[in-house]
Amino acid sequence: MLHATLKQLSDGLTSGKFSSVEVTQYFIKRINDLNKSLNCFISVDAERSLAQARAADALRAAGNAQRLTGVPLAQKDIFCARGWLTTCGSKMLSNFVSPYDAHVIERFNAAGAVNLGKTNMDEFAMGSSNETSFYGPVRNPWDRERVPGGSSGGSAAAVAARLAPAATGTDTGGSIRQPAALTGICGLKPTYGLVSRYGMIAFASSLDQGGPMARTAEDLGLMLNVMAGFDTRDSTSLQRDTEDYNRDLTKPLAGLRVGLPKEFFAAGASADVIKAVEGAVAEYRKLGGEIVDVSLPNMALSVPVYYVLAPAEASSNLSRFDGVRYGYRTSDYGNLAEMYEKTRAEGFGAEVKRRILIGAYVLSHGYYDAYYIRAQKLRRLIAQDFVEAFKTCDVIMGPTSPSTAFKIGEKSGDPVQMYLSDIYTIAVNLAGLPGMSIPCGFDSGGLPVGLQIIGNYFSEARMLNVAHQYQLATDWHVKMPPGCEAFKS
Amino acid sequence: MALTLDDVKRVAHLARIAITDEEAQSTQSQLAGIFKLIGEMEAVDVSTIAPMSHAQDVVQRLREDRVTEPSDPEHRQRFQAVAPQTEAGLYLVPRVIE
Amino acid sequence: MKWEVVIGLETHAQLSTASKIFSGASTAFGAEPNTQACAVDLALPGVLPVLNKGAVERAIRFGLAVGAKINRRSIFARKNYFYPDLPKGYQISQYELPIVEGGSMTVLVGDTEKTVRLTRAHLEEDAGKSLHEDHHGATGIDLNRAGTPLLEIVTEPDMRSSAEAVAYAKALHALVRWIDICDGNMQEGSFRCDANVSVRPAGTDKLGTRCEIKNLNSFRFLEKAIEYEVRRQIEVIEDGGKIVQETRLYDPDKDETRSMRSKEDAHDYRYFPDPDLLPLEISEKLLTEVEENLPELPQQKKKRFVENYRLSLTEARLLTSSYNIAGYFEGVAKTSLMDGESLGSADFKLCASWVINDIAAKMNEEENLPPWAFRVSSETVGHIIRRVREGIINAKTGKELLVRFWDEGQRKSAQSGGYIHGGYLQQVDELIRDEGLSQVSDGSAIEKIVDDVIQANAQQVADFRAGKEKAFNSLVGQVMKATKGKANPQQVNDILKRKLAE
Repeated sequence: MLHATLKQLSDGLTSGKFSSVEVTQYFIKRINDLNKSLNCFISVDAERSLAQARAADALRAAGNAQRLTGVPLAQKDIFCARGWLTTCGSKMLSNFVSPYDAHVIERFNAAGAVNLGKTNMDEFAMGSSNETSFYGPVRNPWDRERVPGGSSGGSAAAVAARLAPAATGTDTGGSIRQPAALTGICGLKPTYGLVSRYGMIAFASSLDQGGPMARTAEDLGLMLNVMAGFDTRDSTSLQRDTEDYNRDLTKPLAGLRVGLPKEFFAAGASADVIKAVEGAVAEYRKLGGEIVDVSLPNMALSVPVYYVLAPAEASSNLSRFDGVRYGYRTSDYGNLAEMYEKTRAEGFGAEVKRRILIGAYVLSHGYYDAYYIRAQKLRRLIAQDFVEAFKTCDVIMGPTSPSTAFKIGEKSGDPVQMYLSDIYTIAVNLAGLPGMSIPCGFDSGGLPVGLQIIGNYFSEARMLNVAHQYQLATDWHVKMPPGCEAFKS
Repeated sequence: MALTLDDVKRVAHLARIAITDEEAQSTQSQLAGIFKLIGEMEAVDVSTIAPMSHAQDVVQRLREDRVTEPSDPEHRQRFQAVAPQTEAGLYLVPRVIE
Repeated sequence: MKWEVVIGLETHAQLSTASKIFSGASTAFGAEPNTQACAVDLALPGVLPVLNKGAVERAIRFGLAVGAKINRRSIFARKNYFYPDLPKGYQISQYELPIVEGGSMTVLVGDTEKTVRLTRAHLEEDAGKSLHEDHHGATGIDLNRAGTPLLEIVTEPDMRSSAEAVAYAKALHALVRWIDICDGNMQEGSFRCDANVSVRPAGTDKLGTRCEIKNLNSFRFLEKAIEYEVRRQIEVIEDGGKIVQETRLYDPDKDETRSMRSKEDAHDYRYFPDPDLLPLEISEKLLTEVEENLPELPQQKKKRFVENYRLSLTEARLLTSSYNIAGYFEGVAKTSLMDGESLGSADFKLCASWVINDIAAKMNEEENLPPWAFRVSSETVGHIIRRVREGIINAKTGKELLVRFWDEGQRKSAQSGGYIHGGYLQQVDELIRDEGLSQVSDGSAIEKIVDDVIQANAQQVADFRAGKEKAFNSLVGQVMKATKGKANPQQVNDILKRKLAE
């Protein structure tokens, strides 16, 4: 069970090799053993999970099982799940038991999947290292002195350490792909609008997108088949025909045009990262891929643009946390103004406050045009670069992150350095494109490197095909962090 | 456009976040670095480009005018179970002076 | 110095949708606190807005009714500020691109017509309510109203007196009810005005500094508040002071406006397009749909009443003061036709008079009667009028029938708790027959009664002959009394005159 993929667990449940209760108990045990040292989960509720597992077994016994019925999954703590503590990694919501389910949670519930627990994350998804969580940093299973990336760091570390076969994440500027890269797993950020944002606590509404994290491309597809779908409660949810994202997995890659943007390989990324990514590109050539040079001339602007738009939206999205209807309220206040200001000063961590202030500033009187409007215009330029690039290629490849996992504390004092670690992922969110990261090697210190694959709008099935064929030819994705097996029960 | 200490205090007040003088000072220096990064946007002429608000060029879907949510005290109870302070179905806040 | 008053109004009309503008919660008034606040209205983490088609249709309806431009693409923006009854910490409104732009309203001020230009009308959500009654020194927040759709209708600074402002507000109030987009209930806050008031020396063009008076929820308060504010501003300036641009509140008890200190805190709303909502595009189909369902507007209807029913402008104006009255009149007119008459030939003065005077009086007798809840059907009333016009009954008897049916309708409605009409068309003729209500038009019979009356009232006859006109009326009264009110009054008049002249 330790090395079983989601697909294999699903097959095992189907064949009756084991029950959902057994699988769920196995992972709960692993969580109990390992979570203390990794800090992947903010909340687990074995009773609740096992109740779901029993219900899944009953569903299966009644002949009503679907593909993911009985499979245990970890949910990023950004998704509201009824009856579960849903904190978004913040003191502000440290007492918030959600009274309703996010669309994604509803869909997993309807599919009969088991919720193993809520995973740790950067506070309100603002961070690239998981260090901004109110619940403390997640440790990278490959090196516990290092960060797992963020903001979906808990989900990434949990999947890497085999505490869950797969997990959900969300990606606003790289929050699925970067931690996937830093922990040696796969993560997919779908086309904006494919996965409903209803019940997914908003960071930057025009960029946020939920997606799957797992160990294989095929598992990502199984997850996405459940997560994606039209939702009337999200105005930005797209009405499209249902598709099986794994339908093209087995297609050969002959003739695949792989675009390599020169900007991804210019100075910035570490030599080890570049070497691993180039190795992957070579592999694609072997698989029949044809390499095309492309250019994303405005990519460097994506970081400044993002750090205007995302904080602007966030500053407004986070205004609802005021201590009136739910969540944290300061214990010491004399009047309303004080209640607001202290609640928010105490309830939010430093990074969140920093971004709220940036956002309030760029939207404030006299600065709106210079910052916000200018950033929106540049956003269009950045998106157009991709439109141009996709005229000559089918997928774009490059590194996911300029470096492998860095040390806890290494960048936390320097926000600009931290922000620049998302240089390769942010542009994809600005354009609303799908992007994924899959493991493609290790650096000299044995830390995983991620290959980023960017597809055109709605080309998830093609991207999964591209990733799956690579995974049939290589074994980077089956490597397990050292020391995780030792805790096997 | 360098952020002044007053700017920091002004936006902290707009955002209803209490901030001490020391915090405002350290925030100012951090934001200075961030706004230097943001300042890179100025390198490009954007005069002919239209702003982009959404990733997809789609328009607002309209909901039929129908009541779909229950309105009963049990429902309210579910929502107010997570509220800091309520009384008689109302959320309570320190007195608002008008 | 002579001063000119400059007034612009911003009116918030609550749109009469069943559900809220961005959620599926009910908008019904008067529910238990917070029972109509769903997850979206409470701004729970993760919830999202979806726009109500009913609100959009109503905004378009309004735009068409005032001859405005309907923007085929409009944008929702967030207006950011903190207030406990504003759950998201921002209000979703329209800022740069509103759904309705321009248009105008022509209103009657005294006897002159005045055109007020509209700047815009935009959709937005209402906030909840802060209840300041004592909750152990705390304020209670009820979010039932949060998310109720509003149309904010903004005028140009075109009004020059409180009378003009009130006339505009009343006309707007009538219009939003006429086109059925707002129930207009001012007590419940469905229709509330903010007035922007400034003064300037007469004959100058430059606008003075304005003050905004918030939340005026009656026409009287609107008038009083403007009048007070104008006096205040003139006094301040004449005393050498300056007007400070600010928000003020009208206190009806003291009849004065005062500064709202809580709003003084310089506002920076940080408007930006709401990323949770996409651009609102109005399709040709939706526009046509709304246009086709738009009722005839008061101005058109007024014109038609003058032309088709040959009424005076005053009659037409009174009959088109409300959509329901106008419709009722047309129903009455249709059944008032005598055999061989057509709409193009008949005289509708009597119908107009009954609806304007008698029906309106009956409607006004009952408080809280919905404007459509006539106690007698228009067909029944029309039939009574027909019988009067035919000379079968006289007007007095007709009106007695009307009142009798009306009161019956009222009684039956009260018993059933619904709305039931009193009387029915056929019953008019049944009662005329069974109760012998037909008027006496038999000349010889009337002549005999007139003779009797003249004989019995020698004094009045002498008075009349001495030039006292009043005495004539008294004699007519005597004749009518003797016929139990059923004599044809015209005939009585003629015969009496003739006999007295003998």
